[in-house]
Parts: sequence; structure tokens; C-alpha cells
Amino acid sequence: MAVVFDKPHALADVPLHYCPGCTHGIVHRLVAEVIDELGIEGRTIGVAPVGCSVMAYDYFNCDMIEAAHGRAPAVATGVKRSDPENIVFTYQGDGDLASIGMAETVHSAARNENITIIFINNAIYGMTGGQMAPTSLPGQVTQTSPYGRDTSLCGFPIKVCEMLSQLDGPEYLERVAVNNVKNVKNAKKAIKKAFENQVNGKGFSLVEVISSCPTNWGMTPKKALEWIDEKMIPYYPLGVYKDRSAEK
Amino acid sequence: MAKLTFKTDKCKGCGLCVDACPKGVLALAQDKINQKGHHPVEAVNEAACIGCAFCATMCPDCIIKVER
Amino acid sequence: MAEKVLMKGNEAIAEAAILAGCRHYFGYPITPQTEVAAYMAKRMPKIGGTFLQAESEIAAINMVYGVSATGKRVMTSSSSPGISLKGEGLSYLAGADLPALVVNVQRGGPGLGGIQPSQSDYFQATKGGAHGDFHMIVLAPASVQEMAELTVKGFDLADKYRMTAMILADGTMGQMMEPVSLDFAEGEKVEKPWATNGTKMARPHNVVNSLFLKPEQLEKTNFERFERYETIKQNEVMYEEYMMEDAEICVVAFGIASRVSKNAINEARAKGIKVGLIRPITLWPFPEKAIAAAAEKVKKFISVELSMGQMIEDVRLAVNGKAPVTLCNRTGGMIPEPEQVLAAITEAAK
Repeated sequence: MAVVFDKPHALADVPLHYCPGCTHGIVHRLVAEVIDELGIEGRTIGVAPVGCSVMAYDYFNCDMIEAAHGRAPAVATGVKRSDPENIVFTYQGDGDLASIGMAETVHSAARNENITIIFINNAIYGMTGGQMAPTSLPGQVTQTSPYGRDTSLCGFPIKVCEMLSQLDGPEYLERVAVNNVKNVKNAKKAIKKAFENQVNGKGFSLVEVISSCPTNWGMTPKKALEWIDEKMIPYYPLGVYKDRSAEK
Repeated sequence: MAKLTFKTDKCKGCGLCVDACPKGVLALAQDKINQKGHHPVEAVNEAACIGCAFCATMCPDCIIKVER
Repeated sequence: MAEKVLMKGNEAIAEAAILAGCRHYFGYPITPQTEVAAYMAKRMPKIGGTFLQAESEIAAINMVYGVSATGKRVMTSSSSPGISLKGEGLSYLAGADLPALVVNVQRGGPGLGGIQPSQSDYFQATKGGAHGDFHMIVLAPASVQEMAELTVKGFDLADKYRMTAMILADGTMGQMMEPVSLDFAEGEKVEKPWATNGTKMARPHNVVNSLFLKPEQLEKTNFERFERYETIKQNEVMYEEYMMEDAEICVVAFGIASRVSKNAINEARAKGIKVGLIRPITLWPFPEKAIAAAAEKVKKFISVELSMGQMIEDVRLAVNGKAPVTLCNRTGGMIPEPEQVLAAITEAAK
């Protein structure tokens, strides 16, 4: 009998603290699978964010650094510039990457910093209990938009891939989702490409992963995955937003 | 013929694997509670398993090992 | 004896950092320290180092955090408003026990303030500088030569104690030119087994982190860090005493204020006033024992500062009520004239 599926080595064998049905765990596993497949665990350094995935530093077997809120791309820049042989990834949520850390995100992209960013967009602040995120949908009810996100008061969601695609810097930008088997397999391909780009010295690669937050969305895990199809993907269309190697 | 192994203690009973299975192999064990206080997944019809690993693909907690 | 070269203080810091083995510099332009960045921009590419102009001081200090986590020597520099922005990073560096060298070429504040010299970031530098229980080693140069020497020393201390060392200079120190001897060797290499530079699949993974959700664990970590601070207080205090042997009046001043004070002291001595100077070189740890010892024999203390009076609080703590401590100061970018200090000394001698 052959093993078809098992825990990747780069993923630590510890219980994850995430809520039942939270897709952070799926994305962690995909990153770990890619690290395994590329054989880069020994030279990979991950940078964890502030937010639900703050404790990602305990979940990967590669070296890990915990960054201040939003600063992961700057920390990753330092790690990469310290030794270009390092493979450096950040794992950031929407509040971290698209709100408090937007400057670091945009400028690391503009520099085409040779790092890999895994960006979890679940349209909410999870760790603090479900507040409005920069990516919360118009009308979305959260703890700090209790009457639904009113765009006349607090503006519109930020479409990170579309925005960054206007820059000349970045090498690769793709938006994927992890709400069904097919999408998870596509997400894996995108994450693998984002790491391969770095290994091959190509530059800034960001994969935006549309994820679920059943707890703070107030849904069952199953319903949350359906909500991604119904509400999230129509607002945040999946696909490749920039791929310079394909342009050449 | 496929074999499923579960790290039952790490299961959070979210049921994403149950929904992902195309053959109705899995169910949450309503009569059991694991250390974490969840009804863990179990194979109720393992003979029907085709080893597609869809369950493991959707499992957020990486508790399923699939052999074929 | 190495040949002396004429350099600006800011340039001396940059060259000394390179001699100390620093190959990574991140910064953001701000007057009056921009020469550090400009010098690094010229030199680093020629020696295989990194110069990167960051998008903000916040990004710069976090790039420093990244390099430091990999175990290499790294620095950033800025001036007062920029140091406030770096505050977040300084706290995280402390929380994660990462060594770094940070230069503050102070200008007047608060707010945007001005661009002329100041010492009004004393509180910020010596009392922590951001949230949480922590200190930085704070070094106060009073000459271009010391700008260079303390930079090298700062890297050594930062590595030795796994913490940030800050050069607390001011606009005059940064901008003035003096002959400098740059006869430095790279400091002793400190092993950094904690560094996140890749496991090479040969050890368990390292984690650089400042998050401790269990209060017992955070308290323990803080207790341990402060034990280390006690060692530093015992071993690393630096100060200069000038004409203190028979002094009845003690001027306490650092940086440019100490140079002005020396002139005033020389003039006062010519008039027969027994006055001396204690010049803290480390502002943290503060030379409290030296000042306490002086308080046993000195009648009056004068704290000369380019601020509304910040160091004076530490002087008073060290004097512990044994003698009056008065302030002689200018602020907002103004520098006291020797005449002002002389007048304060003359008044104290009455």
C-alpha cells in the first residue's frame, strides 16, 4: 500500500489553535507541502504576522520569526538581504497586510523583493473577535460594522491583487480560494509557483487566498465555504493578476 | 482498496472532510467525544473508499492519512 | 597610531560601523543625520553590503529586525521624529532579545520641532523608548572620535547582551568635522545559536519571537532580561571625570553640552572656583555611583542640557537629596553659550 496523503514534514506535528473548519490549517499545510516538494526546509525562514496566524511560528518546522503587526514584508526583506540563499516567506492576514502593513506590502512589491507572501483574505479580523477588515465586503456585518459595512462612512474593500498589479515591480500575483477540493489544488499550484519564483531568483510573488472564518462570520464551516462562492469570489475574482514570466 | 488513518484526538469535528468525500465514507461520530470535546470523524463505510484523498485535502487540521 | 582623517560625525559613525563588521544598513532620509545614509549608499555596494532606503523609519527598523534575527550585525539611523516611528521596532527588538545598533542624531522637538541640535530625546532613549519593560544601552559621544569609537563599542555591547545599543548624538555631533583615527578591529565574534538562518535540517527550528501569552512566562522573561540589565549596570558604565579631584561644584553634562561646560569650567577655574565635570558616556546605564560618590563631597550640582531638563532627574536620583541640583539649559535647537554655564557656576559658588 502506498501513502497517498500524509502530513508534510515541514508542518509541525502539533495541534493548531484555529477554530473548527477554519481554512488557515489548509493553507499552512499547502505551504508545508511546497516546502517539502522543493526540498528547501533547511534554508527557509518564515515570518508570522499578528492576527489569527500569529502563532504560525509554532506550526512550521523551518526557522520562524514573529513580526510586528503589518511589518512582515520589511522583516522578510531584512532576512532575504542578509543572505539571498535564504528562502523567505511571510504569512499574513488581511488586517496585517492590507491595513496596518499596506506600506510594507506595496513597497516590497515595488522593489520586487525576492520573497513569497501568502496573504489570507477572509474579510474579517479574527483574533480580536470579528471586526471590519480592509477587505470586508460592502454591507458585511462585523463587530465594528454592526449595521453592515457602509461604504459612505468607511469606504470600499481593497482589492490587493488588482492594486499591486498596477506596479511594475512584482513578478507574480494570483488570487486563489480554498473552499473546495478543486480550488485547494489550484491554490497549491499557485503557492508552489510563488516559492519556485523565489528559488529561481525571479522576485516578489504574492498569493492571495480567499479563506473562511466560520466563527466570526457566524456560519457553520460548510456554510462558510459556500459563502466564499456566493459572496467573496464574485467580489474578489480568482485568477492570475500578474505573471511576468508569462509576459516574456 | 484504500486505508484511512485518523489522528482522532486532533479532530475538531468541522465536517469538511465528510462533505468532501464523494463516496459517503465518512461521518462525525455522534456517540463519541474526543479530548478536545468534539465529535471526531470516523470511517463508516471504509470499503467504499477509493483513496482520492479529497477528505485529507479539505481537512484543516491534517489529521487524515490516506493509503491505497 | 593610525593616520587621522577629517570627517563629519555622521560619516564617522558610518565608517566605524563598516569597520565593526556591519554590512546591512536601512534608513530613511531625515535631517540632521542623512549623511549616514548617504555614506552607506556609497560604501555598501562596494563591499558587498546592503544599503536600502526604506519606505519609512518603521520599515527600516523592521528590516533591521529581520537581519538581526539571522545573526548579522545591522544598523539604522535617524533623527528624533524618525526615532519615534522606530519605537515599535525598538520594543520588538527588546522583546525578542535581538542585537542592533540604532543612531539618533537628535533635533529639537516635540512634533516636527526643528532641525537644530537637541538632547530632548533623553527620556525616550534612557527610559525605554516604547511600550513594555525594557532598556537600551545608550551611548553619548562628545566628539567625532567618540562617534566612531562608540559605534564600534555599541555593536560589541549589543551582541554581548542581545539588545539594542543606541548612539544618542545630536545635530552638532553629526554635522561637525574633526580629525578621527579609525584604527578599529572587528569586535569579537559572538556565537548566535538562536539565529533564524535556516535549520540546514541539522537542528530543531529556531523561533525569534516577543509573544508570551502566559503571564507567568512573560514575567519570567522580563525578570531574566532585567537580571541581564543588572550585569550591564555593574560592568558597562562609562563616564569621564574632569577636574573633579577638589571640586565643590559638579557640572553634569553629556555630548555637546559637556564641551560647552568644559570651556565654562576652565574659565571658572581661572577665577578660582573649584568646579568639575562628570560627563556620562553611557546614559543608560547611568553613572549613578560616580555621581553619588561626588555627592558626598560636592556642595552643588548643575545639570547642563539641551532640553527642558531631562537628565537632571537621574542626577537628582543619584544625588539623593545630598546637595541641590539646578538646571542650566537651552532648548528647541539652541545651545547654551559657555557664558551662560559660567554664570550658573558663578551663581552656585556664591
